[in-house]
Amino acid sequence: MSEQRASREEQLRADVEDAPTIPLDEFKRRSRRSFLMGAVGIAGAYAGWRWLQDQPDVGGIPKPLRDQLERNETLWSNLSEGRSAPEFSVSKATPIQVNGRIGIRNEIDLAAWTVRVEGPDGELLDELDISAFDALPQRDMVIEHKCIEGWSNITHWGGARFSDFHARYADQVGDVPYVGFETPDGLYYVGWDMPSAMHPQTMLALRLDDEPLDLDHGAPLRLATPNKYGIKCLKRIGVVRYARERPADYWAERSYDWYAGL
Amino acid sequence: MSIDTTGAPIADDAEDIPAPGEPPADEPVARLVHPRAIRWLHWINFPLLFVMIWSGLRIYWAEDVYALGVGSWQWFAFFPDSIYETFGLERRLARGMAFHFAFGWLFVINGAIYVIYLLATREWRHILPDRHAAKEAKDVVLHDLHIKKQAPPQGKYNAAQRISYTAVLVMALIVVVSGFAIYKPTQLYPLPLLFGGYQGARLVHFWMTIGLLLFFLVHVLQVIRSGWGNFRSMVTGYQIERRTTPPVDDTATGTDSVPESDTNTAAIGDSA
Repeated sequence: MSEQRASREEQLRADVEDAPTIPLDEFKRRSRRSFLMGAVGIAGAYAGWRWLQDQPDVGGIPKPLRDQLERNETLWSNLSEGRSAPEFSVSKATPIQVNGRIGIRNEIDLAAWTVRVEGPDGELLDELDISAFDALPQRDMVIEHKCIEGWSNITHWGGARFSDFHARYADQVGDVPYVGFETPDGLYYVGWDMPSAMHPQTMLALRLDDEPLDLDHGAPLRLATPNKYGIKCLKRIGVVRYARERPADYWAERSYDWYAGL
Repeated sequence: MSIDTTGAPIADDAEDIPAPGEPPADEPVARLVHPRAIRWLHWINFPLLFVMIWSGLRIYWAEDVYALGVGSWQWFAFFPDSIYETFGLERRLARGMAFHFAFGWLFVINGAIYVIYLLATREWRHILPDRHAAKEAKDVVLHDLHIKKQAPPQGKYNAAQRISYTAVLVMALIVVVSGFAIYKPTQLYPLPLLFGGYQGARLVHFWMTIGLLLFFLVHVLQVIRSGWGNFRSMVTGYQIERRTTPPVDDTATGTDSVPESDTNTAAIGDSA
């Protein structure tokens, strides 16, 4: 054994040998207790897992998980309210794939299309054609559109801020906490909390890559934002409905998070 | 007042001195190798990690784009349908997300307590590689492959273990940070830029998960190889040591050296 190795061994052993020792009979006693504790732990973990799965579903997932999604959203919105996603130069934009057709499968006469704007008591506030949205201040936004499936796309949207649209009705509807959107056929519908809707990057989009939206991408008017998943960016808006209660949401009814916030 | 055989007086009130004294030199004793906190954190982490990987793969399924290969040639696409089918990962994106974003907190909290514990108790010194680690780790591998006869000296862990346990902590840190970058890319901006953006963070998150899975596989193999005594030590905390009479050491000066430090200890079974 070389001297070098001996000194290395000495050094390493010193690190270990300050740990206490116990006699074997004491060890046996403690071992029994530890393995018993292990068995209880495994049984407890299994019982907890079963308990979780057996809880009543809320929107397709066990209630404790739904509650946690809500707590997460509360945490994040308190941590950093109103932050904005990065925007990119137009040259970074690439064509975006078509992912969802729910609510836009019917034929549509774009010339006859209108949006119903409803107040929180279901009263009709307005019925608007496309010119009303063209008349709002226009902006361009090149953002990363993120699909909840995992893909994302740098996309060049053009249109009006929802907040500019909302200004027309702010006095009438007061401090409503929510706003819902629906396709004309009512098959697809999303709910938004007002702070998210009023975010400067929440857009009522009319254009994609400087061209009017095509049917697959939600002509004539759709939602766009980098701050929620694409499931919230409803295509072919038919109804805008202010609400005091959280509006129904197509995907939240199908196990997804209601906020779907990024 | 009692007098022990060496003539040194022992005070009556020294209650922490075990009555029978140290066991005889050749009798096995059990030495604490894994403190209670480490055992709990280790075993709590195990199911949490697997809930995270399982729910994470349900999320990945919805956009399963990663593969090993060169250019357009794919050697292995993550994952074959048979794997998704076997583990029930298909069409469960929403449930995957719900589990991932609930259990993720527990995984992070457990890991944070572990790191704080390592730092506070200086247990990290058993785990962090030192300057001999690279050479010794090579020797460990050669020894494990039966190419080299003698294993390099080791403390609580050998050098290969130190490197892999540190690497797994680094991977866990990266998996958590990249996970947060995908989870809240706007709220936590510019965190995604650390990984070259949102998709970069997703890629890193995936590969770190594969890294953790590979660690797990090797870890389990090594635990099996090391035997029952080693596995038991992660449950009970103790490993049985056989004490042997130290070889006669001519260089030792004086007779009052502490017997502890001269004891040759041999752990029964390697540690993993």
